[in-house]
Order: sequence, then structure tokens, then C-alpha cells
Amino acid sequence: MRLLKTLTLGAAALGMALTATAASAFEPSKPIDFVIMAGKGGGADKMARLMQSIVEQNDLAGQPLVPTNKSGGSGAEALTYMNGVNDPDHSIMVTLNSFYTTPLRQPGLKVDNMAFAPVARMAEDTFVLWVHKDEGITTLDEFIAEVKKRGNKWVMGGTGKNSEDNIITDHLNEAYGLDIKYIPYKGGGAVAKDLAGKQIQSSVNNPSEALGFYESGDVVPIVAFTNERLPMFPDTPTHNEVSDGDDFAYFMQRSVVGAPGMSDEAQAYYTALFTKVYESDAWQKYKNDKSLMGDLMSGEELSEYWGVQIENHEKILKASGAIK
Amino acid sequence: MEIVSALMDGLWIAVQPHNLALAVIGVIVGLFVGALPGLGSVNGVAILLPFTFVINEATSDPAAPMIFLAAIYYGAMYGGAISSITLGIPGASTAVATTFDGRPMALQGNADRALVTAAVASFIGGTVATLFFTGFAPILSSVALDFGNPEIFALMLLAFATFIGLGGDDIPKTMFSIFFGLLLATVGFDTISGEPRLIFMNEREQTAVLETFGAGTEAVPFFDSVSWFSRGIQFLVLAIGVYGIGEMIWTINASRYKVTMTETTISFRRIMAGIVGMKDAWKGTMIGSLLGFFVGILPAAGATPGSLMSYGVSKMTSRNPKSYGEGNPDGVAAPEAANNSASTGAMLPMMTLGIPGSPTTAVLLAGMVIWGLEPGPRLFEDRPEFVWPLIGSFYISNIVAVLVNLAFIPLFLAVLRMPFTILAPVIFVLSIIGTYAAYDNMYDVWLMVLFGFGAYMLRILDYPLAPAVLAVVLGTTAEEKMRQSLLLSDGNFAIFWNPFFDRDGKGQEWWIAPVTTWIAVILIVLPIIIWAVRKIRGGSPAEA
Repeated sequence: MRLLKTLTLGAAALGMALTATAASAFEPSKPIDFVIMAGKGGGADKMARLMQSIVEQNDLAGQPLVPTNKSGGSGAEALTYMNGVNDPDHSIMVTLNSFYTTPLRQPGLKVDNMAFAPVARMAEDTFVLWVHKDEGITTLDEFIAEVKKRGNKWVMGGTGKNSEDNIITDHLNEAYGLDIKYIPYKGGGAVAKDLAGKQIQSSVNNPSEALGFYESGDVVPIVAFTNERLPMFPDTPTHNEVSDGDDFAYFMQRSVVGAPGMSDEAQAYYTALFTKVYESDAWQKYKNDKSLMGDLMSGEELSEYWGVQIENHEKILKASGAIK
Repeated sequence: MEIVSALMDGLWIAVQPHNLALAVIGVIVGLFVGALPGLGSVNGVAILLPFTFVINEATSDPAAPMIFLAAIYYGAMYGGAISSITLGIPGASTAVATTFDGRPMALQGNADRALVTAAVASFIGGTVATLFFTGFAPILSSVALDFGNPEIFALMLLAFATFIGLGGDDIPKTMFSIFFGLLLATVGFDTISGEPRLIFMNEREQTAVLETFGAGTEAVPFFDSVSWFSRGIQFLVLAIGVYGIGEMIWTINASRYKVTMTETTISFRRIMAGIVGMKDAWKGTMIGSLLGFFVGILPAAGATPGSLMSYGVSKMTSRNPKSYGEGNPDGVAAPEAANNSASTGAMLPMMTLGIPGSPTTAVLLAGMVIWGLEPGPRLFEDRPEFVWPLIGSFYISNIVAVLVNLAFIPLFLAVLRMPFTILAPVIFVLSIIGTYAAYDNMYDVWLMVLFGFGAYMLRILDYPLAPAVLAVVLGTTAEEKMRQSLLLSDGNFAIFWNPFFDRDGKGQEWWIAPVTTWIAVILIVLPIIIWAVRKIRGGSPAEA
């Protein structure tokens, strides 16, 4: 018995020694701060909680992910928070496109996107133009005609100011000479509900946000701002199919980033972690069900993608007059 | 009839041993989480969310994880009253109104009665709300859809109107308190424009500080405005400061030279007497149950305005409004019935519209998504095997919660038997730990202490502080909804008061917001006029 015990202890000690030699590999030593750059109940929030549950369910990380919503100021709150964290190795964030647009609009925040650690791009979300079924509109032409008739009484609800939704609205106004009024909300869930309640006249919700009210028949998709038709809405044309030459497709990144100053070891750890999440059945099923596109991207490749996106957004925001 | 048989099936599943056990465990966890200042139902539900996967796999019952989390939610609503009554610190924003009369009752030696009243009122509120939920869920979810931005703002205005009656007779001081709270609510990032406000540093100073010290380094905790005021002022920071530190210093000062010990006795007979004594509090209970539920089903409102408005309405309609704040059982029953009723109500928009009405339901919503359910208008039709057992569990959890709560009352009363010289330092320590636990940031702890001393000063000067605390809770939503409405109307305030204001170019009439606004305006203006008239009348003989 004693011999067995000694052997076990010895093996345990040996094991510890081995772990110690492999110290270069990063392991989280405390709960991981998992910041969500948007309000509760929206697309980003649901997705982040799904990621968390996949990690928990399959026991992928040694420490729990602790989600916190920081929705203030179209992501400004989350970005400045991440910029100032004490422990960048235990701070990761789920981002969307406000990751680019908010620092462009508010240079005073002193946020440098490229300083964030490119952990993983999990998907690209898509946008669809929705109206209430009672409007009786089914095509883009009818939409344009009705909005023109209503003048500045046509209201588009969206998540945040100068956000993805605002950019699409600005584009519609510009391209078709419309005067749509844009009202920022805290989250896509509230937008979807207000469209179903006819408090607003249209939205450009992500499919995941509008799905419930689409299935109940309250809201109708008009066009998708994608390059190909979405498998979920095969009868809904893409914007480019019916736009008469105006080319406009727009996507939103669903990425996980590390706080500025994260060590390379920690970044490698999180990339490996979220690659496992990406490959899980639960994530692939969600991606299909909610009409998400885009493949996994990380490291250098993701940084380059950000570079292109920032340039594009700077152009879009300049064109709409949001920045000089 | 269809509903009745569906409900019976649901109840049957809810009383299955595994679900019953989950309800009991959930309620007990919730009760303690709710009773600790700083921890509320959100923390409890969020921390235990991952645990539900285990439940999901172990029971293979789709409703079981939700039954567990809903039980925690309810338990916490019951528990919030406990620290409000015994310690005078509201454990959550929903229990602020409970301190107004619960604390005086405890100081008068009627803590047991206050706790029993809170428990029974909570039970009635929860059960009334569940009955409404069962019978009218689809109709009520369409009511929630009718509440857009102007309507929610009008409702917030109504909540503020009930504040006026809260601060006693001194209306200017109450107004000051409200505006101070609203001012605190504007600190941080503006939701609509994304600009930082009141962070006490302009861009030039910010740059200078950042260049000298670097962003977010440990060396500059007092100068880094980015991590200070840009985070905004959280409700709990102010509430714990005001009640945990401010009130405590005030009590120490008031009871100097005499060691006070609150008299408490408890026996089975006193609990029974407390239950019988509920007849003195039936009116508050009824007002709370109905009003709380209605406010709860409106997305973005939640249980806090519900409990507050119920207290206000109960006081306004009372024949003896002066007794409120002095330990009136109605004043405990109304907010407690309301916050439980509102919590059940808040489940409705979450399940039928996919919109969380409160932070806790937001976590529950995330849970449902994770378990593969799609909250939305089709949930009731598509997933009856989930919906009805859950509704059944609402009934069961309420019964479990009231029994567990009554059973634990002697334990909670033991806290009060501690001499104040021991209790006061314990409360200070709990205040600091609670604040740190809630937001994980020392900045909030310092701010809480600062608010505590400020509150003590204002208390000496006889300013009511509850309106400020509640203005911080509601101010953010009220501002957001007001500005969204004004964007809709191109800055025209008529959208709030004129039913014929054309919102969408279709010439429709909108009655909900204007009617609510006018009621609120009357409630605000009336006491001011009465106060002014009294002042003039009372003032003139003295001058003569």
C-alpha cells in the first residue's frame, strides 16, 4: 500500500515538473473577462452566450468565461474598457463592425484597432431589409415608392448611431434619393419588437434578430445585402439583383479579439480555443440556422482583413458626412 | 378549456420529483443571493447558467433548466426584502421601496411582522401575476407591442411623478433629489450619440494624462478618467453608499451614548399572527400585484418602476398617507407584491417577443437560446412541452418560496439581535465587499464611500435620498426613450401629449402616450400647487 502511495506521489510530482517545463504555453489562471460590445438580447449577445456555453459544455477552457455587456456609445464603452484593462491576458471581447466605426468617428477615444489581438473571426453576419407585413410592400421598387411618398415620416430603427444599420440606411438614402429617418436603439432585439409593433416602419436587422417575427408572419424580407441569396430566404433577392446597377453588399464581422497588450502565448491559446468552438457542431448548426456566412480567420490574416475593412469604413463614413 | 388542460399537464410535470427538487434548491439559492447586498438575481442566474447544461443532460426534460433558473429569480425577489428590512440596505433596485416602511417596522421591534408581510405579499403578487400570465399571455404580448418609445417615456414620467409623493412634504427638496439623481444618470457614454459626458476631463487634459502615465496603468487610478467616470454611475454604488454608509453613520450619530439593540422575538404564534395581520396590508398587496404585473410586461421597464409606482399609488390612495414611511404594513406589501408580480410579468415579453424586460430576464433569454429554444411569437405554439411546465412551475415555485421564506425568518431575525456596535461594522464591511463584488472595480468602491458621506450630510439637512437613488435607475432609460421619441418627431414634444400628432405619415391617432403623460403631469403639478398654496396661506399670518 505504502509503495503504491509513494509511486502515485512520485508520478504526480513528475507530472507537475513536466507542466512546469512547458511553462511557455499559456493557461488562464483566473476567470476570463468576456466583454460583449453590445446590449443584452441582440445578435452579438446571443452569439457570445452561445460561444460561452459551447466552451462550458465541452469543458474547453480551464477557467470560466464571464460575459459582461458593455453597450454604451456604440461600443465606445467596451473599446475604452478593453484599452485600459490591467490584465490583457484574461480579457477578450466579442466585436462587430463598431470595432472599426467607433474609433474612426471618435479619435478622442485613443483606440487603435490594430493593437487588439486578432484571436478569431467566427463568422460574418448578413443584413436584410425588413418591413411590417401591413405595409403591403414586397419589392425594393415598391419600398422606394412608398418611402418617397411618406417623405421624412418613414422611420428606420437600428442598433446604435453610425453603426452598421446606420451605414446601410445612409446608403439607401443616398442611392435612391430617400429621406428615411434613422433612430438608434440599444440592441437589435428592441428594433425587431418595435417593427413588429409598427412603432417604426423598417429595419435592417440581421436574420437572427428578426427570425421570430418573420416566422410569425409579422415582418417581410425585401432584399438581402449579400452577394448571393440567403439559403434561408430563397425567394428574397439580393440588393444587387434588383438595384439597377447600384452595387452594395455589406457584412458584419463576428470576431473575438484580445485586449491590447495580450501576450503572443495567450493569443495562441485563445485562437486554439475558439477554433475548437468554431469547429463544434453547435456552432456550425447556429451558423447555418441564422444565415451566417464567412469562414474562420485568425492572426495575420485577420489583421489584414481589419486593415481592408477600416479603409472601406473610412470611405463610407466620409461619403455620408459622418467624419471629415 | 384548452388552457386548463394544458396547464394541468404543465403542473403535473412541474411537480415531478426532479423539478420539485430543482425548484426548492433554486428558491433557497435565490433567497440567500437576494438577501446579500450587492448580489442580486442577475448574479445568481448568470453564475448558475452553465450548471443548467448538467441539468439538461441529467433530466432530459426541456423545461427543467428554466424551472431551476426561474426559481432562483423568484427566490431572489423574496430575499431582496430581507436585507431591506433587517439591515436597511436594499439588496437590489427592486427592493429600494421596501426599505421605506420595512426598516421603520424593524426598528419598532416589528421586524418579524414586516418579514411575514413581505413574504405573503410576494406570494400573492407572484400568484396573481401567474394567473394573468396563464390566461392572457398572447393578448398581453400584443399590449407590449403597443408600447413604443414615446409610451415607455410617458410611463417613466409617471414613475417620476410618483416620486414627488415619496419625499414627504418638502417638495423642493424632493425635486432637488430627483434632479441630482438624473444628473448622476447622465455620467458616462451617451447612448444615442456615443459621446462621453461629465467625465471631468476635456480632450486636452485627457491627452496630457494619457501621455504622462499611459492608458489604464495601475499607477494612475485617480487620474484615469477613462476607467473612472466614463463607466457611468451604477445604481448599486449609489444605493449601497446611501443606505449602507450614509444611513449607518446617521444612525450611529443619532444613537450615540446608548447602545441600542432591536427587540425581536419570534415564535410560531407570532408568524401566524403576522399572516392574520395581512388583512391590514391587503390594499397594498392588491395594488402591487396588479400594477407590478402591468409594468412588468412592458419591455424596458422591469420590476423597479413597478415596485416604486405601487408604493406611490398605495400611499396616494391611502386614507392615512402620513403613516407611510413610519412603518405602515401596506408600504411593505405594495412594493413586495409588485416586484414579484413584475418579475413574472417580465417573463412574458421575454418568451413571446424575445425582448428581456429586466437584466435577469436577459440572462434567462440567453439561456433559452443556448438550450435551443427560439423565444418569440411562435414559442407558445411550437414548444408547448417547454412553456406549460414552466408556467406550472411558476405556481409551484411561489408556494415553495413562501414556505421556505417563512421557515428561514427566525434565522434572519437573529441578525437583528446582534448589538448595533457589532452590526454597524458588519454592515460597513458588507457594503464594501458588496460593491466590489458587483462591479469588480475599486473605483466603484471609492465612489460608494464618497456617496455615503455625501448622503450623511444631506440626511442631516433632511433631504430625501430615495428619489435620487431611483432617478439613477430610471434616468438612463427615460433619457434614451425621450431622445428616440424626439428623433421620431423632429424635436416636437407634441409626440408625448398630443394624440393627433402624426408619427408615421398615415394620420393615425396614438392615445396611450398622451393619456399617460397627462396623468403624470397632473400628479406632478398637483402636489406642487397644494404645497405652494399651503406655503402662501401658512406664510401670510406669520408675516402679519
